[in-house]
Amino acid sequence: MRAFNYSRADSPAAAASQAAQVEGAKFIAGGTNLLDLMKLDIETPVHLIDINHLGLDQIEATPEGGLRIGALVRNTDLAADARVRKDYALLSRALLAGASGQLRNMATTAGNLLQRTRCPYFYDTHQACNKRNPGSGCAAIGGVTRQLGIIGVSDACIATHPSDMAIAMRALDAQIETVKPDGSTRSIAMADFHQLPGNTPHIETSLTPGEFITAVTLPAPVGGTHIYHKVRDRSSYAFALVSVGLILQKDGTGRVAVGGVAPKPWRVEAAEALLPKGAKAVSERLLEGATPTDDNQFKLTLVERTLASVLAQARETA
Amino acid sequence: MPISRRNFMILGAVTATAFAMPPFISLKAYAASLEQPAMSKVTLQVNGKPQTLEVDTRTTLLDALREHLHLTGTKKGCDHGQCGACTVIADGRRINSCLTLAVMHDGSDVTTIEGLGMPDKLHPMQAAFIKHDGYQCGYCTPGQICSAVAVLKEIRDGIPSHVSPSLTEPPKLIAAELQERMSGNICRCGAYSNIIEAITEVAEVPA
Repeated sequence: MRAFNYSRADSPAAAASQAAQVEGAKFIAGGTNLLDLMKLDIETPVHLIDINHLGLDQIEATPEGGLRIGALVRNTDLAADARVRKDYALLSRALLAGASGQLRNMATTAGNLLQRTRCPYFYDTHQACNKRNPGSGCAAIGGVTRQLGIIGVSDACIATHPSDMAIAMRALDAQIETVKPDGSTRSIAMADFHQLPGNTPHIETSLTPGEFITAVTLPAPVGGTHIYHKVRDRSSYAFALVSVGLILQKDGTGRVAVGGVAPKPWRVEAAEALLPKGAKAVSERLLEGATPTDDNQFKLTLVERTLASVLAQARETA
Repeated sequence: MPISRRNFMILGAVTATAFAMPPFISLKAYAASLEQPAMSKVTLQVNGKPQTLEVDTRTTLLDALREHLHLTGTKKGCDHGQCGACTVIADGRRINSCLTLAVMHDGSDVTTIEGLGMPDKLHPMQAAFIKHDGYQCGYCTPGQICSAVAVLKEIRDGIPSHVSPSLTEPPKLIAAELQERMSGNICRCGAYSNIIEAITEVAEVPA
């Protein structure tokens, strides 16, 4: 690991300001992904700004009837929060499907959104990777791609975003609140937060340099039956091959977001409109334009079948 | 956290210029200040005893425990958060000590396997692992035991898991729950069924 200086931030705005002024500075919260990548020389920050003591670990009700989740709320605490379990079960279920108990105790809400891909070519510093080393090429294309993306990918990168939590946040129309180095604040819709790779796969989010996530806000509960189904190679502690998050209303309408297939949580509102027609119609529209490889084209079928299973389960429990 | 003088001077320069966008400290200029590793002081409570260490900022909590405090019961397996051998309990919660920095734990209260119990006074979970043969080589065992002690608390605290049938009812102390919650602790020898028996025995004795 490269040497770095370490400091504790006094406030979100000060953290943002500090990060913007030192090139190569990074925030550290749970550290579960960042330290892993630092040990591998994939991340090489010269300064770590510890943001664990800023009091951003509360979940508060909003005047609009939703919840404001502090950026530093641990995954365990978010999944276990009584309001989340009752009104945003999809979020609890997605969180509990991710990582291990130890990691969920450390990992934070904002950190979860900012985690990097687990593409094996991104992790292997001997391989070409446009995300890790812009312009170096993509060794994943033509390589072992079973776990990798089928839609939203580009000729420069076919990595997926690995988060389960983000799938639920996307389906729930979460907003990401930030503060910039100049002290100004803004709110970014989940739909606009993660960026597709295009020719710049190293740019993963719409955050500007130093911009600091303070909270993730959920709108008022939408009701319905919430199901998160993750298909993976072992039954626990593994990344998704495919995951489906579903909110189904009694009238047959609902929302669907899919994980394990794209560089961001994959949700297409026009596909959701087809929910009353069944899984095949929805998944065809959802995955329209997909460019799978020979190794991962099974994901097209897997999305449809997982959605069919989840829809059947939702209708039983509704 | 007390910081070294050099570290302080750099931070001072940064703080003083806050909100004035230039000057910007370039990567090259900043990296030059790091030719010598940055050192930092950290004070934490380990197994009930206050400890003050002067560590390279890169030191993980795991390395601080093993190399600085010589508490070698906590094991380094993968060093990437995948195996769970390094599991300790920090401020009441189990964590992978390999994926957190010692300097992030200033003021923390850390319990390692040595703090749970020693051969002359075993923790009930340690005794149960021995009774049920919950290991072969024993390398993952300290992490398994720290994790298991924390798992029972998580269930008692009503924290749901992936396999909990309901999010609104308290989780049950059943094998499926224990298996799911222990999935972050890998046992290369495959002692899993005996580990679950050991945890089940402790779980059945009211805390």
